[in-house]
Amino acid sequence: MRHLLSIADLSKTEAISILDTAVELARISDGTVKKLPTLRGRTIVNLFAEDSTRTRISFEAAAKRLSADVINFSAKGSSLSKGESLKDTALTLQAMGADAVVIRHGASGAPQRLADSEWMQGSVINAGDGTHEHPSQALLDAFTIRKHLGKGAPDLHGIKVAIVGDVLHSRVARSNVLLLNLLGAKVTLVAPPTLLPVGVDSWPVNISYNFDEVVASVDVVMMLRVQQERMTDLFFPNAREYSRYFGLNADRLSTMSPTSIVMHPGPMNRGLEISADVADSARSVIVEQVANGVSVRMAILYVLLAGQPLEVGGK
Amino acid sequence: MSSALSAPEIARALIRISHEILEANPDSSKITLLGIPTRGAHLAHRIGVHMREFAGHEIAVGTLDITMHRDDLRMRPPRPIMPTSIPHQGVEGREVILIDDVLFSGRTIRSALDALGEIGRPRRVQLAVLVDRGHRELPIRADFVGKNIPTSITQSVKLHLTEIDSVDEVMLEDQR
Repeated sequence: MRHLLSIADLSKTEAISILDTAVELARISDGTVKKLPTLRGRTIVNLFAEDSTRTRISFEAAAKRLSADVINFSAKGSSLSKGESLKDTALTLQAMGADAVVIRHGASGAPQRLADSEWMQGSVINAGDGTHEHPSQALLDAFTIRKHLGKGAPDLHGIKVAIVGDVLHSRVARSNVLLLNLLGAKVTLVAPPTLLPVGVDSWPVNISYNFDEVVASVDVVMMLRVQQERMTDLFFPNAREYSRYFGLNADRLSTMSPTSIVMHPGPMNRGLEISADVADSARSVIVEQVANGVSVRMAILYVLLAGQPLEVGGK
Repeated sequence: MSSALSAPEIARALIRISHEILEANPDSSKITLLGIPTRGAHLAHRIGVHMREFAGHEIAVGTLDITMHRDDLRMRPPRPIMPTSIPHQGVEGREVILIDDVLFSGRTIRSALDALGEIGRPRRVQLAVLVDRGHRELPIRADFVGKNIPTSITQSVKLHLTEIDSVDEVMLEDQR
C-alpha cells in the first residue's frame, strides 16, 4: 500500500490491520510515551486547499507523535491563492523532498490526480476531496464503533448504522458506506430525497426518508453536517423543518437503544442536524472520535511510510 | 533442518534461568519481567510462573513491543505492532529483566532499551535469552542464557513453543 486515496482500494484485511495498529498506538499514547521515533527524518506535507480544523491538526499531531517533520501548507497565505496549479505545487513539494502529502482539496479526484502523476514520488493521503471521499474519517469512525460495540470482534459484522442528513454533499458518508459495508455492518441512509445523490439505489445500503422509523432499531446514529457552503440550490424548505424531520434531538435520543451511540464527523451545526443537549450527552462519542482520529492517522502514516514500499524500487 | 534443543531441555533451561534471576536479584519483589513479543512474551510468562513458585509470591510480568523502535523498519514491508503491557508497578526504579527467544545481532535488544527508556528509568536492566547464537553487531550481552548454540551466519535459529506451534523445540535451519 503506497497511497490512501479511497476506501474502495482497501481490502478487508488491510482495513482491519489499520484498525488493529491504531489500537496498539492508542494504548501507547495513553501511557507515558507521547512520542515514538518511527518516522524520524521523514517529511510530511499537509496540503490543505480547503478549510479544516480537526483533520489538519489531527494529521499534524499524528505525524509529530511519530517524530516526522511536518510542513503545513494551506490555501490562504500560499501561492495556491494566487492561482498556482496543483501540478506546480506538487513539483515544489517534490523538490523539497516530501515523503508524503496529506491533501484536502475542493475538487473530487485531486488526490488521485496527484498519485497517478509523475509530479511527485511520495505517498498521497486523501484528507477529503470535494464530495468524493474522506477515508481517514471513515477509518476513525469504524475504529470508534468497533471500540464501543465490537465485542472483541475484528470487524463490524451485524452492527446497524444509520447515516443521517446531507448524504449528497458528504464525502464522509461515501467513505463510511464503503468501509462499513466492507466490515460487515448494515447501513441505512436517512435523508430527504433532495439530499440523496443520483444512483444511490446502487449503493449497498437501505434508504429511508423517515428518521423516526429507523432511529429506534440501530446501534449507531451518525449525523452528517448540512453543508451550506456547497448548497447552490434549495434542498429543503427551511432549517426549522429540516431540524424537525431529520435532526437528532432529545426526544429521538430517548427512543434509541440504551447501548447505542451518537456520532458526528464535525464540525456540527448545533440546533440544525443535532441539538446541543444530544451533542453533549453521555451517548455522544463526538469528542472521542477526535481523540481516536489521532491514533488512526498514526496507524495510516505507519502503514504507508514506516516500511519499505512493496512495489519495486521504493525510494 | 535439525533440532538444537528438545522440549525437556527447554523446560530445564527455563527453570535454571528462573533460579539464576532470583539469585542475582535478592529482593525479588523489585523484579519486573518484560518479554519481547511474540515468543519472548511467552517465555517471560513461563519464567514468571516458575519464579512465583520459587519465590512464593507474584512476580510482575509484562510485554514490551519494540517494532516502533527498530532500526530496520525501512528495509522491509511494514510489520504489525504487537501489544505492550507494562505491569502496574511500572518500570521506574525496578529491576527489569528483558526476555527474548534468540540473541543474534543485538539490534532487537538495542531497540528494546530505547523503548524502555521512553517508559521510565529502571534501576537496572538485565537480559535473559533462551538461545545465544553469536554474531553480535552491537556491544550487547545476555546476563542469563539458556544455551549457547554456535551457528554459521547463514543458518537460522527458530524457537517453536506450544503456545503458538503446538510443540516446544529449537530448530536450526540452513538457508541458501
